[in-house]
Amino acid sequence: MTGLFANVDWAEIGRACLDTLAMLGGSLLLTILFGLPLGVLLYLTGERGLLASRAGNAVLGAIVNVLRSVPFIILLIVMIPLTMALVGTSLGVAGAIPPLVVGAAPFYARLVESALREVDRTTIEATQAMGATTRQIVTGALIPEALPGLIAGATVTAVALVSFTAMAGVVGAGGLGDLAIRFGYQRFQTDVMIVTVVLLVALVQLIQYGGDRLARHVTRR
Amino acid sequence: MIRLTDVQKLYPGGTAPALDGVSLSIARGEVFGIIGRSGAGKSTLIRLLNGLERPSAGHVEVDGTSIERLSAAELRALRRRMGMIFQNFGLLASRTVADNVGFPLRLAGVSRHERGAKVEALLGRVGLAELRDRYPAQLSGGQRQRVGIARALATDPDVLLCDEATSALDPETTRDVLALLRDLNRELGLTIVLITHEMEVVRGLCDRVAVIEAGRIVETGAVDAIFADARHPATQRMLAAVAA
Repeated sequence: MTGLFANVDWAEIGRACLDTLAMLGGSLLLTILFGLPLGVLLYLTGERGLLASRAGNAVLGAIVNVLRSVPFIILLIVMIPLTMALVGTSLGVAGAIPPLVVGAAPFYARLVESALREVDRTTIEATQAMGATTRQIVTGALIPEALPGLIAGATVTAVALVSFTAMAGVVGAGGLGDLAIRFGYQRFQTDVMIVTVVLLVALVQLIQYGGDRLARHVTRR
Repeated sequence: MIRLTDVQKLYPGGTAPALDGVSLSIARGEVFGIIGRSGAGKSTLIRLLNGLERPSAGHVEVDGTSIERLSAAELRALRRRMGMIFQNFGLLASRTVADNVGFPLRLAGVSRHERGAKVEALLGRVGLAELRDRYPAQLSGGQRQRVGIARALATDPDVLLCDEATSALDPETTRDVLALLRDLNRELGLTIVLITHEMEVVRGLCDRVAVIEAGRIVETGAVDAIFADARHPATQRMLAAVAA
Protein backbone atom coordinates (compact mmCIF):
# COMPACT_ATOMS: atom_id res chain seq x y z
CA MET A 1 0.00 0.00 0.00
CA THR A 2 2.73 2.48 1.01
CA GLY A 3 4.71 1.43 -2.04
CA LEU A 4 1.80 2.03 -4.36
CA PHE A 5 0.68 5.33 -2.84
CA ALA A 6 4.04 6.57 -1.54
CA ASN A 7 3.15 10.25 -1.70
CA VAL A 8 -0.36 9.98 -0.29
CA ASP A 9 -0.80 11.48 3.16
CA TRP A 10 -4.08 9.92 4.21
CA ALA A 11 -4.67 12.36 7.05
CA GLU A 12 -4.29 15.18 4.54
CA ILE A 13 -6.73 13.42 2.19
CA GLY A 14 -9.19 13.08 5.07
CA ARG A 15 -8.97 16.81 5.87
CA ALA A 16 -9.38 17.67 2.18
CA CYS A 17 -12.46 15.44 2.00
CA LEU A 18 -14.03 17.23 4.95
CA ASP A 19 -13.18 20.62 3.40
CA THR A 20 -14.80 19.62 0.12
CA LEU A 21 -17.90 18.34 1.92
CA ALA A 22 -18.12 21.54 3.99
CA MET A 23 -17.81 23.73 0.89
CA LEU A 24 -20.36 21.61 -0.94
CA GLY A 25 -22.86 21.48 1.93
CA GLY A 26 -22.61 25.17 2.79
CA SER A 27 -22.74 26.41 -0.77
CA LEU A 28 -25.55 24.02 -1.81
CA LEU A 29 -27.72 25.19 1.09
CA LEU A 30 -27.17 28.86 0.25
CA THR A 31 -27.54 28.21 -3.48
CA ILE A 32 -31.00 26.73 -2.89
CA LEU A 33 -31.86 29.53 -0.46
CA PHE A 34 -31.11 32.19 -3.11
CA GLY A 35 -31.75 30.21 -6.30
CA LEU A 36 -35.22 28.93 -5.42
CA PRO A 37 -36.83 32.36 -4.86
CA LEU A 38 -35.00 33.72 -7.89
CA GLY A 39 -36.30 30.85 -10.03
CA VAL A 40 -39.84 31.34 -8.67
CA LEU A 41 -39.65 35.04 -9.59
CA LEU A 42 -38.36 34.21 -13.08
CA TYR A 43 -41.35 31.90 -13.50
CA LEU A 44 -43.94 34.28 -12.04
CA THR A 45 -42.78 37.31 -14.03
CA GLY A 46 -42.54 35.28 -17.24
CA GLU A 47 -45.03 35.31 -20.07
CA ARG A 48 -48.55 34.42 -18.84
CA GLY A 49 -47.14 34.20 -15.29
CA LEU A 50 -49.11 35.26 -12.22
CA LEU A 51 -46.96 38.39 -11.86
CA ALA A 52 -46.23 38.75 -15.58
CA SER A 53 -43.90 41.68 -16.12
CA ARG A 54 -41.85 41.97 -19.25
CA ALA A 55 -39.47 44.52 -17.66
CA GLY A 56 -39.08 42.63 -14.38
CA ASN A 57 -38.44 39.37 -16.16
CA ALA A 58 -35.92 41.00 -18.50
CA VAL A 59 -33.95 42.48 -15.56
CA LEU A 60 -33.90 39.20 -13.61
CA GLY A 61 -33.06 37.24 -16.74
CA ALA A 62 -30.19 39.60 -17.57
CA ILE A 63 -28.67 39.28 -14.07
CA VAL A 64 -28.90 35.50 -14.24
CA ASN A 65 -27.45 35.33 -17.73
CA VAL A 66 -24.54 37.65 -16.96
CA LEU A 67 -23.59 35.66 -13.84
CA ARG A 68 -23.94 32.40 -15.71
CA SER A 69 -21.78 33.52 -18.59
CA VAL A 70 -18.77 34.44 -16.43
CA PRO A 71 -16.47 31.41 -16.36
CA PHE A 72 -16.24 30.19 -12.77
CA ILE A 73 -12.46 30.50 -12.63
CA ILE A 74 -12.80 34.22 -13.50
CA LEU A 75 -15.68 34.68 -11.05
CA LEU A 76 -13.44 33.29 -8.29
CA ILE A 77 -10.87 36.01 -8.89
CA VAL A 78 -13.28 38.88 -9.62
CA MET A 79 -15.19 38.10 -6.43
CA ILE A 80 -12.16 38.29 -4.11
CA PRO A 81 -12.86 41.87 -2.83
CA LEU A 82 -16.55 41.09 -2.27
CA THR A 83 -15.68 37.80 -0.57
CA MET A 84 -13.25 39.63 1.75
CA ALA A 85 -16.00 42.09 2.65
CA LEU A 86 -18.54 39.33 3.25
CA VAL A 87 -16.62 36.71 5.21
CA GLY A 88 -13.33 38.47 6.05
CA THR A 89 -11.13 36.12 4.03
CA SER A 90 -10.84 34.89 0.48
CA LEU A 91 -9.11 31.69 1.59
CA GLY A 92 -10.26 28.36 2.91
CA VAL A 93 -13.77 26.95 3.05
CA ALA A 94 -15.34 30.25 4.15
CA GLY A 95 -13.64 32.17 1.34
CA ALA A 96 -14.84 29.69 -1.26
CA ILE A 97 -18.52 29.78 -0.37
CA PRO A 98 -19.48 33.26 -1.68
CA PRO A 99 -18.14 32.65 -5.23
CA LEU A 100 -19.59 29.13 -5.23
CA VAL A 101 -23.04 30.50 -4.35
CA VAL A 102 -22.83 33.37 -6.86
CA GLY A 103 -21.76 30.88 -9.51
CA ALA A 104 -24.37 28.22 -8.75
CA ALA A 105 -27.49 30.15 -7.63
CA PRO A 106 -28.31 31.59 -11.09
CA PHE A 107 -27.78 28.14 -12.59
CA TYR A 108 -30.16 26.59 -10.06
CA ALA A 109 -32.65 29.44 -10.61
CA ARG A 110 -32.92 28.49 -14.31
CA LEU A 111 -33.46 24.84 -13.38
CA VAL A 112 -36.15 25.90 -10.89
CA GLU A 113 -37.84 28.01 -13.57
CA SER A 114 -37.99 25.11 -16.01
CA ALA A 115 -39.20 22.69 -13.29
CA LEU A 116 -42.05 25.10 -12.44
CA ARG A 117 -42.98 25.39 -16.11
CA GLU A 118 -43.65 21.66 -16.10
CA VAL A 119 -46.45 22.09 -13.55
CA ASP A 120 -49.87 21.58 -15.12
CA ARG A 121 -51.39 25.00 -15.90
CA THR A 122 -54.89 23.80 -15.05
CA THR A 123 -53.70 22.93 -11.55
CA ILE A 124 -52.42 26.46 -11.05
CA GLU A 125 -55.61 27.92 -12.50
CA ALA A 126 -57.71 25.65 -10.26
CA THR A 127 -55.79 26.85 -7.21
CA GLN A 128 -56.33 30.44 -8.30
CA ALA A 129 -60.04 29.73 -8.77
CA MET A 130 -60.18 28.52 -5.13
CA GLY A 131 -59.31 32.02 -4.00
CA ALA A 132 -55.62 31.41 -3.26
CA THR A 133 -53.20 34.31 -2.94
CA THR A 134 -50.10 34.28 -5.11
CA ARG A 135 -48.04 33.25 -2.08
CA GLN A 136 -50.44 30.36 -1.38
CA ILE A 137 -50.25 29.27 -5.02
CA VAL A 138 -46.45 29.22 -4.82
CA THR A 139 -46.11 27.42 -1.48
CA GLY A 140 -49.23 25.24 -1.66
CA ALA A 141 -49.35 24.20 -5.30
CA LEU A 142 -46.36 25.21 -7.44
CA ILE A 143 -43.52 24.04 -5.22
CA PRO A 144 -45.13 20.78 -4.00
CA GLU A 145 -46.14 19.90 -7.57
CA ALA A 146 -42.66 20.67 -8.93
CA LEU A 147 -40.80 19.02 -6.03
CA PRO A 148 -39.37 16.06 -7.98
CA GLY A 149 -38.03 18.49 -10.61
CA LEU A 150 -36.68 20.85 -7.94
CA ILE A 151 -34.81 17.96 -6.32
CA ALA A 152 -33.45 16.77 -9.67
CA GLY A 153 -32.27 20.34 -10.32
CA ALA A 154 -30.59 20.53 -6.90
CA THR A 155 -28.81 17.26 -7.70
CA VAL A 156 -27.47 18.59 -10.99
CA THR A 157 -26.42 21.79 -9.19
CA ALA A 158 -24.65 19.81 -6.44
CA VAL A 159 -22.67 17.89 -9.07
CA ALA A 160 -21.71 21.18 -10.75
CA LEU A 161 -20.68 22.51 -7.32
CA VAL A 162 -18.30 19.56 -6.84
CA SER A 163 -16.37 20.59 -9.92
CA PHE A 164 -16.57 24.26 -8.84
CA THR A 165 -15.04 23.36 -5.45
CA ALA A 166 -12.18 21.64 -7.28
CA MET A 167 -11.53 24.85 -9.24
CA ALA A 168 -11.75 26.89 -6.07
CA GLY A 169 -8.56 25.06 -5.08
CA VAL A 170 -6.73 27.42 -7.46
CA VAL A 171 -7.35 30.40 -5.17
CA GLY A 172 -6.50 28.51 -1.99
CA ALA A 173 -9.88 27.13 -1.02
CA GLY A 174 -8.59 23.78 0.18
CA GLY A 175 -10.36 20.52 -0.47
CA LEU A 176 -9.72 17.63 -2.84
CA GLY A 177 -9.33 19.79 -5.93
CA ASP A 178 -6.68 21.88 -4.18
CA LEU A 179 -4.79 18.70 -3.28
CA ALA A 180 -5.01 17.43 -6.84
CA ILE A 181 -3.62 20.68 -8.23
CA ARG A 182 -0.85 21.28 -5.67
CA PHE A 183 0.42 17.72 -5.29
CA GLY A 184 -0.98 15.73 -8.17
CA TYR A 185 -0.30 18.30 -10.88
CA GLN A 186 2.38 20.72 -9.69
CA ARG A 187 4.56 18.08 -7.98
CA PHE A 188 3.85 15.27 -10.44
CA GLN A 189 2.50 13.01 -7.67
CA THR A 190 0.31 10.87 -9.88
CA ASP A 191 -0.81 8.69 -6.96
CA VAL A 192 -2.29 11.74 -5.17
CA MET A 193 -4.03 12.72 -8.39
CA ILE A 194 -5.56 9.28 -8.75
CA VAL A 195 -6.79 9.14 -5.15
CA THR A 196 -8.40 12.60 -5.30
CA VAL A 197 -10.03 11.96 -8.66
CA VAL A 198 -11.41 8.61 -7.48
CA LEU A 199 -12.83 10.31 -4.39
CA LEU A 200 -14.43 13.11 -6.45
CA VAL A 201 -15.97 10.56 -8.81
CA ALA A 202 -17.32 8.60 -5.84
CA LEU A 203 -18.78 11.80 -4.36
CA VAL A 204 -20.56 12.66 -7.60
CA GLN A 205 -21.96 9.12 -7.88
CA LEU A 206 -23.22 9.34 -4.32
CA ILE A 207 -24.90 12.71 -4.90
CA GLN A 208 -26.59 11.49 -8.08
CA TYR A 209 -27.79 8.28 -6.43
CA GLY A 210 -29.11 10.10 -3.37
CA GLY A 211 -30.79 12.79 -5.48
CA ASP A 212 -32.48 10.23 -7.72
CA ARG A 213 -33.73 8.26 -4.71
CA LEU A 214 -35.13 11.39 -3.08
CA ALA A 215 -36.82 12.59 -6.30
CA ARG A 216 -38.42 9.16 -6.79
CA HIS A 217 -39.55 9.13 -3.17
CA VAL A 218 -41.57 12.35 -3.59
CA THR A 219 -43.02 11.48 -7.02
CA ARG A 220 -46.71 10.60 -6.92
CA ARG A 221 -47.34 10.04 -10.60
CA MET B 1 -77.38 36.41 -10.06
CA ILE B 2 -74.81 36.66 -12.85
CA ARG B 3 -75.15 39.32 -15.50
CA LEU B 4 -72.85 40.15 -18.38
CA THR B 5 -73.42 43.44 -20.16
CA ASP B 6 -71.88 44.08 -23.54
CA VAL B 7 -68.66 42.32 -22.61
CA GLN B 8 -65.75 42.50 -24.95
CA LYS B 9 -62.43 40.71 -24.59
CA LEU B 10 -59.39 41.41 -26.70
CA TYR B 11 -56.12 39.59 -26.27
CA PRO B 12 -52.94 41.47 -27.02
CA GLY B 13 -51.82 40.43 -30.47
CA GLY B 14 -55.15 38.78 -31.28
CA THR B 15 -56.63 39.59 -34.65
CA ALA B 16 -60.33 39.30 -33.77
CA PRO B 17 -61.86 39.87 -30.29
CA ALA B 18 -62.31 36.63 -28.29
CA LEU B 19 -65.64 38.00 -27.10
CA ASP B 20 -67.54 40.68 -28.96
CA GLY B 21 -70.47 42.32 -27.19
CA VAL B 22 -71.68 39.42 -25.05
CA SER B 23 -74.71 40.04 -22.81
CA LEU B 24 -76.47 37.37 -20.82
CA SER B 25 -77.98 36.77 -17.43
CA ILE B 26 -78.08 33.63 -15.34
CA ALA B 27 -80.66 33.14 -12.60
CA ARG B 28 -79.99 31.65 -9.17
CA GLY B 29 -80.52 27.89 -9.10
CA GLU B 30 -80.54 27.29 -12.82
CA VAL B 31 -78.26 25.15 -14.92
CA PHE B 32 -77.03 27.35 -17.72
CA GLY B 33 -75.11 25.94 -20.66
CA ILE B 34 -72.89 27.80 -23.09
CA ILE B 35 -72.24 25.77 -26.19
CA GLY B 36 -69.94 26.47 -29.09
CA ARG B 37 -67.13 25.09 -31.15
CA SER B 38 -63.56 25.30 -29.95
CA GLY B 39 -62.24 28.81 -30.41
CA ALA B 40 -65.72 30.33 -30.15
CA GLY B 41 -64.84 32.12 -26.90
CA LYS B 42 -66.41 29.78 -24.31
CA SER B 43 -63.29 29.37 -22.17
CA THR B 44 -62.77 33.11 -22.01
CA LEU B 45 -66.43 33.63 -21.15
CA ILE B 46 -66.50 31.24 -18.19
CA ARG B 47 -63.21 32.66 -16.84
CA LEU B 48 -64.73 36.13 -16.76
CA LEU B 49 -67.28 34.94 -14.21
CA ASN B 50 -64.72 34.36 -11.45
CA GLY B 51 -62.25 36.99 -12.55
CA LEU B 52 -59.61 34.65 -13.97
CA GLU B 53 -59.97 36.89 -17.03
CA ARG B 54 -60.80 40.60 -17.04
CA PRO B 55 -63.14 42.08 -19.66
CA SER B 56 -61.60 44.64 -22.02
CA ALA B 57 -64.94 46.46 -22.03
CA GLY B 58 -68.41 45.92 -20.54
CA HIS B 59 -69.43 44.65 -17.12
CA VAL B 60 -69.54 41.33 -15.30
CA GLU B 61 -71.84 41.44 -12.28
CA VAL B 62 -72.27 38.78 -9.63
CA ASP B 63 -75.08 39.43 -7.15
CA GLY B 64 -75.25 43.02 -8.32
CA THR B 65 -71.55 43.81 -7.80
CA SER B 66 -69.29 44.51 -10.75
CA ILE B 67 -66.38 42.18 -10.30
CA GLU B 68 -63.96 44.56 -12.02
CA ARG B 69 -64.45 46.91 -9.04
CA LEU B 70 -63.48 44.29 -6.45
CA SER B 71 -60.19 44.50 -4.58
CA ALA B 72 -57.85 41.52 -4.76
CA ALA B 73 -59.11 40.27 -1.37
CA GLU B 74 -62.75 40.70 -2.35
CA LEU B 75 -62.13 38.84 -5.57
CA ARG B 76 -60.61 35.92 -3.62
CA ALA B 77 -63.66 35.89 -1.35
CA LEU B 78 -65.91 35.81 -4.41
CA ARG B 79 -63.95 32.90 -5.86
CA ARG B 80 -64.61 30.87 -2.69
CA ARG B 81 -68.32 31.27 -3.44
CA MET B 82 -67.82 29.96 -6.97
CA GLY B 83 -66.44 26.46 -7.34
CA MET B 84 -64.83 25.48 -10.62
CA ILE B 85 -64.12 22.17 -12.33
CA PHE B 86 -62.01 21.56 -15.43
CA GLN B 87 -61.69 19.29 -18.42
CA ASN B 88 -58.28 18.12 -17.23
CA PHE B 89 -59.36 18.15 -13.57
CA GLY B 90 -56.47 20.31 -12.28
CA LEU B 91 -55.92 18.11 -9.24
CA LEU B 92 -52.69 18.37 -7.26
CA ALA B 93 -50.72 15.24 -8.16
CA SER B 94 -48.66 15.62 -4.98
CA ARG B 95 -51.67 15.42 -2.63
CA THR B 96 -54.03 12.60 -1.73
CA VAL B 97 -57.70 12.65 -2.67
CA ALA B 98 -58.64 13.85 0.82
CA ASP B 99 -55.97 16.56 0.81
CA ASN B 100 -57.10 17.74 -2.61
CA VAL B 101 -60.67 18.07 -1.41
CA GLY B 102 -59.55 19.84 1.77
CA PHE B 103 -57.16 22.16 -0.07
CA PRO B 104 -59.60 25.07 -0.65
CA LEU B 105 -60.46 24.94 3.06
CA ARG B 106 -56.79 24.99 3.99
CA LEU B 107 -56.31 28.05 1.79
CA ALA B 108 -59.26 29.67 3.54
CA GLY B 109 -57.61 29.04 6.92
CA VAL B 110 -59.99 26.33 8.17
CA SER B 111 -58.39 24.20 10.92
CA ARG B 112 -57.30 20.63 10.21
CA HIS B 113 -59.92 19.30 12.61
CA GLU B 114 -62.81 21.09 10.94
CA ARG B 115 -61.50 20.15 7.50
CA GLY B 116 -61.54 16.44 8.36
CA ALA B 117 -65.28 16.16 8.91
CA LYS B 118 -66.11 18.31 5.90
CA VAL B 119 -63.83 16.31 3.62
CA GLU B 120 -65.38 13.01 4.75
CA ALA B 121 -68.86 14.36 4.06
CA LEU B 122 -67.88 15.61 0.59
CA LEU B 123 -66.15 12.37 -0.35
CA GLY B 124 -69.21 10.47 0.79
CA ARG B 125 -71.39 12.74 -1.31
CA VAL B 126 -69.45 12.01 -4.52
CA GLY B 127 -69.04 8.31 -3.65
CA LEU B 128 -65.27 8.24 -3.12
CA ALA B 129 -65.01 7.72 0.65
CA GLU B 130 -62.89 4.58 0.31
CA LEU B 131 -60.39 6.27 -2.03
CA ARG B 132 -59.49 9.07 0.37
CA ASP B 133 -55.79 8.14 0.69
CA ARG B 134 -55.12 7.47 -2.99
CA TYR B 135 -53.23 9.87 -5.24
CA PRO B 136 -54.88 11.31 -8.38
CA ALA B 137 -52.59 9.25 -10.67
CA GLN B 138 -54.18 6.09 -9.22
CA LEU B 139 -57.73 7.12 -10.19
CA SER B 140 -59.81 6.81 -13.37
CA GLY B 141 -60.96 9.92 -15.23
CA GLY B 142 -64.46 9.73 -13.77
CA GLN B 143 -63.09 9.37 -10.24
CA ARG B 144 -60.76 12.33 -10.79
CA GLN B 145 -63.63 14.51 -11.90
CA ARG B 146 -65.58 13.46 -8.79
CA VAL B 147 -62.62 14.59 -6.70
CA GLY B 148 -62.69 17.85 -8.67
CA ILE B 149 -66.39 18.27 -7.90
CA ALA B 150 -65.94 17.50 -4.20
CA ARG B 151 -63.08 20.00 -4.07
CA ALA B 152 -65.14 22.66 -5.86
CA LEU B 153 -67.90 22.21 -3.27
CA ALA B 154 -65.59 22.41 -0.24
CA THR B 155 -66.20 26.08 0.45
CA ASP B 156 -70.01 25.70 0.07
CA PRO B 157 -70.23 27.79 -3.10
CA ASP B 158 -73.47 29.15 -4.60
CA VAL B 159 -72.23 28.64 -8.14
CA LEU B 160 -70.36 25.83 -9.87
CA LEU B 161 -68.46 26.70 -13.06
CA CYS B 162 -67.82 23.71 -15.31
CA ASP B 163 -65.15 24.14 -17.98
CA GLU B 164 -65.71 21.27 -20.44
CA ALA B 165 -66.00 19.08 -17.36
CA THR B 166 -67.00 15.91 -19.20
CA SER B 167 -65.07 16.35 -22.43
CA ALA B 168 -62.24 14.05 -21.33
CA LEU B 169 -64.64 11.31 -20.17
CA ASP B 170 -66.25 8.38 -21.98
CA PRO B 171 -70.02 8.51 -22.63
CA GLU B 172 -70.99 6.33 -19.68
CA THR B 173 -68.81 8.23 -17.20
CA THR B 174 -70.15 11.46 -18.68
CA ARG B 175 -73.70 10.35 -17.86
CA ASP B 176 -72.68 9.52 -14.26
CA VAL B 177 -71.02 12.88 -13.76
CA LEU B 178 -73.97 14.74 -15.32
CA ALA B 179 -76.35 12.85 -13.01
CA LEU B 180 -74.22 13.88 -10.03
CA LEU B 181 -74.27 17.53 -11.14
CA ARG B 182 -78.03 17.38 -11.64
CA ASP B 183 -78.47 15.98 -8.10
CA LEU B 184 -76.27 18.71 -6.65
CA ASN B 185 -78.29 21.35 -8.47
CA ARG B 186 -81.54 19.96 -7.03
CA GLU B 187 -80.36 19.19 -3.51
CA LEU B 188 -78.21 22.24 -2.83
CA GLY B 189 -79.90 24.72 -5.13
CA LEU B 190 -76.48 25.09 -6.71
CA THR B 191 -76.36 27.38 -9.75
CA ILE B 192 -74.37 25.65 -12.48
CA VAL B 193 -72.75 27.37 -15.45
CA LEU B 194 -71.14 25.04 -17.91
CA ILE B 195 -69.38 25.38 -21.21
CA THR B 196 -69.25 22.50 -23.64
CA HIS B 197 -69.08 21.62 -27.29
CA GLU B 198 -71.38 18.62 -26.81
CA MET B 199 -75.12 19.00 -27.39
CA GLU B 200 -75.75 15.83 -25.32
CA VAL B 201 -74.38 17.57 -22.25
CA VAL B 202 -76.73 20.51 -22.76
CA ARG B 203 -79.69 18.19 -23.33
CA GLY B 204 -78.83 16.02 -20.33
CA LEU B 205 -78.35 18.78 -17.79
CA CYS B 206 -79.19 22.35 -18.75
CA ASP B 207 -82.32 24.42 -18.18
CA ARG B 208 -81.24 27.17 -20.54
CA VAL B 209 -78.55 27.43 -23.16
CA ALA B 210 -76.67 30.12 -25.04
CA VAL B 211 -75.03 29.33 -28.36
CA ILE B 212 -71.76 31.14 -28.96
CA GLU B 213 -70.11 31.57 -32.32
CA ALA B 214 -67.01 33.66 -33.09
CA GLY B 215 -67.24 35.58 -29.83
CA ARG B 216 -70.96 36.43 -30.08
CA ILE B 217 -74.03 34.88 -28.49
CA VAL B 218 -76.18 33.96 -31.48
CA GLU B 219 -79.10 32.30 -29.72
CA THR B 220 -80.33 31.95 -26.12
CA GLY B 221 -83.33 30.13 -24.72
CA ALA B 222 -84.81 27.19 -22.83
CA VAL B 223 -83.14 23.95 -23.91
CA ASP B 224 -86.43 22.34 -25.02
CA ALA B 225 -87.31 25.34 -27.19
CA ILE B 226 -83.88 25.45 -28.79
CA PHE B 227 -83.97 21.75 -29.55
CA ALA B 228 -87.45 22.03 -31.01
CA ASP B 229 -86.84 25.13 -33.08
CA ALA B 230 -83.24 26.20 -33.61
CA ARG B 231 -83.11 29.44 -35.55
CA HIS B 232 -79.43 30.15 -36.02
CA PRO B 233 -77.39 28.11 -38.53
CA ALA B 234 -74.70 27.48 -35.89
CA THR B 235 -77.27 25.84 -33.60
CA GLN B 236 -78.76 23.85 -36.45
CA ARG B 237 -75.31 22.57 -37.37
CA MET B 238 -74.68 21.40 -33.83
CA LEU B 239 -78.06 19.68 -33.63
CA ALA B 240 -77.41 18.01 -36.97
CA ALA B 241 -74.11 16.71 -35.60
CA VAL B 242 -75.98 15.04 -32.71
CA ALA B 243 -78.60 13.49 -35.00
CA ALA B 244 -75.98 12.10 -37.36
